[in-house]
Amino acid sequence: MMQAVIQRILLGFVLILGVIVLNFFLLQAAPGDVVDAMLAEAGGGDPELAARLRQSYGLDQPVYIQLIKYLGQVCIGDLGYSFYYDEPVATLILSHLPTTLMLTLSALILAVLFGTLFGVYAAIKPKGVFSNFVTIFSLFGYATPVFWLGMIVLLVFALYLPWFPAFGIRSIPEPEDSLERVLDIIHHLVLPTFTLAVLYLANYSRISRASMLDVLGADYIRTARTKGLSERKVIFKHALKNASLPVVTLAGLQLAQVFSGAVLVETVFSLPGVGPLLYESIMRRDFPVILGVLFGAATTTIVANIITDLIYKWMDPRIQSIT
Amino acid sequence: MNRIRRETLRLFCANRPALFGLLFVLVFIFVGLFGSILVPADPFEMVAVPLTGPGMETILGSDYLGRDVFVGIVHGTQATMIIAITATLVTVFIGVTIGALAGYYGGLIDNILMRVTEFFQVLPPLVFAMVIVAVFSSDILVVILAIAVTTWTTEARLTRAEFLKIKEQDFVTASRAIGDRNLRIITKVILPNAMPPIIIAITLRVGITIIYEAALSFLGLTDPDIITWGKMIGQSRDYFFDAWWTVTFPGLAILLVVLCIALIGDGLNDAFNPKLRGR
Repeated sequence: MMQAVIQRILLGFVLILGVIVLNFFLLQAAPGDVVDAMLAEAGGGDPELAARLRQSYGLDQPVYIQLIKYLGQVCIGDLGYSFYYDEPVATLILSHLPTTLMLTLSALILAVLFGTLFGVYAAIKPKGVFSNFVTIFSLFGYATPVFWLGMIVLLVFALYLPWFPAFGIRSIPEPEDSLERVLDIIHHLVLPTFTLAVLYLANYSRISRASMLDVLGADYIRTARTKGLSERKVIFKHALKNASLPVVTLAGLQLAQVFSGAVLVETVFSLPGVGPLLYESIMRRDFPVILGVLFGAATTTIVANIITDLIYKWMDPRIQSIT
Repeated sequence: MNRIRRETLRLFCANRPALFGLLFVLVFIFVGLFGSILVPADPFEMVAVPLTGPGMETILGSDYLGRDVFVGIVHGTQATMIIAITATLVTVFIGVTIGALAGYYGGLIDNILMRVTEFFQVLPPLVFAMVIVAVFSSDILVVILAIAVTTWTTEARLTRAEFLKIKEQDFVTASRAIGDRNLRIITKVILPNAMPPIIIAITLRVGITIIYEAALSFLGLTDPDIITWGKMIGQSRDYFFDAWWTVTFPGLAILLVVLCIALIGDGLNDAFNPKLRGR
């Protein structure tokens, strides 16, 4: 067990190393370099200055030396510098991360809770009205573009029924009281969280319905019923335990997306999260930021995958191989 | 084999929603093929006062440049379909090839290919595609490749799993015993038997790709000269509070097509696995 865990973590490090190398080559392939960006921000400069700057940044050295230097930099947390924001990329991303995490994590939690509940109730009467509703709902969840849903939600709940703010995460001016400030942020997060959660939910309810149907047909459930256990106990104590494994898998996949899963929703609702940072940096061709986001997103995925594997193994001891 | 195929076809045709989905997708393909002949207007032309609501002049209203939304949707069908289908084919080609090689050969080749697959799986698709387009260009070919490069892993894993299952069966051993080459065994013996789940995956993939391409277009990261439904929504972003029709109708077009594709996918699933109906 211990050995498998260590192996898994080592593989994680190799993958992160791979992402750094990929990033380096993408940075090489991108038009322009750091010096171009600097000079552009400074309003131009002569070729001689550019050459001198390139030398001082080591950009005249062979590619493999630059790669080793880049690896060293990323290892100490230096993801480069954005000349547009005049800030290190790592700082920039960390300052945008709280908004994104609030949004994705609350959507994830809502979706897991309600999705599982929907799925279970649908599975109890597989031919019932609610079951059909779940099936249709999950079809729509698959077919609806999240950014479009966000816009429709905005039209309905911010324009026609002006219950919620249409953009941003804080009111201007901000409320004085700290409790009111928290409520203000929650008020701003309701619509984006709802948009994201609805589509996640469609997925969870479909998966938990299917896996619950599977489990309810098993012998040990019949045994539990013939023992005279109450239906509630059979379903929530005996069946749900095994039926929740696919839900954990899906939740793990989505946990892996907490960093990047809301790019579109954040853009639609103009939230100051990682998504709009990435989008605006792409429009400005601010490559250190763009690749910093890719690195952060990939690293989050790798860590989340390891955590999911461990949880999965803890939940289901039958799984021997961890990878 | 033939009998099974006929049975599958019969089951599919008995599935009303799936047939409905197929019919609708065929209508959309027809519109994609002949839309510019049926509605010969120029989608880029200003035909009405900007942001005119749906009415007599323009059925579905006009956008911020006074372009007809309906004409845009009809003409956008073609590009949307072509990009989605091409990107799906490239995705499936990469995924099935890698999955087949990994599953068939096993051992070191499997190990290497699956590590590569894992590497691509940790890169979040949309972010990675956005980065690729930013670094290279928003040329339509780059967009198609970006979609394929970021999503093939699902098909690779699926195909590998099927190959692992099928390659142990007697008819594969028999084929090997009569001296068939590896390439022949992979493409002529195992692949046809691995097709049912792959066909379902391809169907659903087309739907996912339509939404994926729409997302990239919405962000303005695709070819500016090509109209797709996603681009119509993206371009109307700054105006949709004044003109709901500019985003609602192109979005409904996406929703409708992808919904119908999902119905086909479900129908195929039920037809290939009659025992699992209703799951």
